Amino acid sequence: MISGDWIYGLIGGLMIGTAVVIYLLVSGWIMGASGILGGLIDGSGRATAVERGSFVGGLVLIPFVVAILVGAPATNITPNMALLVIGGLAVGFGTRIGNGCTSGHGVCGISHFSKRGIVVKLVYLATGGVTLLVLRHGLGWV
Amino acid sequence: MHALISFLTGGLFGAGLLVSGMTDTIKVQGWLDYFSAWNPTLAFVLGGAIMSMLVAWRIAAKRETAVLGNAFPIASPPILDRNLIGGAALFGFGWAVVGLCPGPAMAVLAWGGTEAIVFFVAMVAGMTLNRLSARKANA
Repeated sequence: MISGDWIYGLIGGLMIGTAVVIYLLVSGWIMGASGILGGLIDGSGRATAVERGSFVGGLVLIPFVVAILVGAPATNITPNMALLVIGGLAVGFGTRIGNGCTSGHGVCGISHFSKRGIVVKLVYLATGGVTLLVLRHGLGWV
Repeated sequence: MHALISFLTGGLFGAGLLVSGMTDTIKVQGWLDYFSAWNPTLAFVLGGAIMSMLVAWRIAAKRETAVLGNAFPIASPPILDRNLIGGAALFGFGWAVVGLCPGPAMAVLAWGGTEAIVFFVAMVAGMTLNRLSARKANA
């Protein structure tokens, strides 16, 4: 591991944590990225559409500004269109039927000792690990 | 006021994702790749975020409502059903294939190039797919 990565990881994690804390203590809501976006898309969050839109606006705009100011870090996103489409569809569909992603289930759920959050996190680690084992080390696709 | 707080928390969340390195798909895939160059950065990110929330849940337990007057969210019943597990498995697969989950996918949207846009559009399509299948089930 490149030295210093973990310090940035911890600082960034505390920033993410502060955002989730403010969302809970000030607004009274669970900050889950897939739920906030998904509610806009399927109409289930119509009553809070303005707040959801504002959240997504901040999430898209502020990193963009930071990337302009300090230089955009490498994203290393695969240029393989088939992988992008398959991965995107799986993440979008999976988070909606599973009712959450890393921020909602992972951060909010685990910190609340939610059985669902903990089980879901273990399923992510298992299926993610198997996926890379097969696609990277077996087939060499990713 | 809610909209302003939402914008600021969305922005802080996004900046945190960028600082932590979670917009770099190599680090995220490295976290799930236990069999070669395993990258533990994500553990520090999750650790920092979860530590913050451990404190917040304790504060929430002592208060009647949130600062802006909303009631706090009620915990979901601890039901582990097929949708939850199947959805999580599908998510784990897609997350590993590209190395992006919904938060970082939005955080890189404006500067991650065509690849970021394609992933985001596919993700939104996946969310829409769920809406269509749910409607079919109800009909």
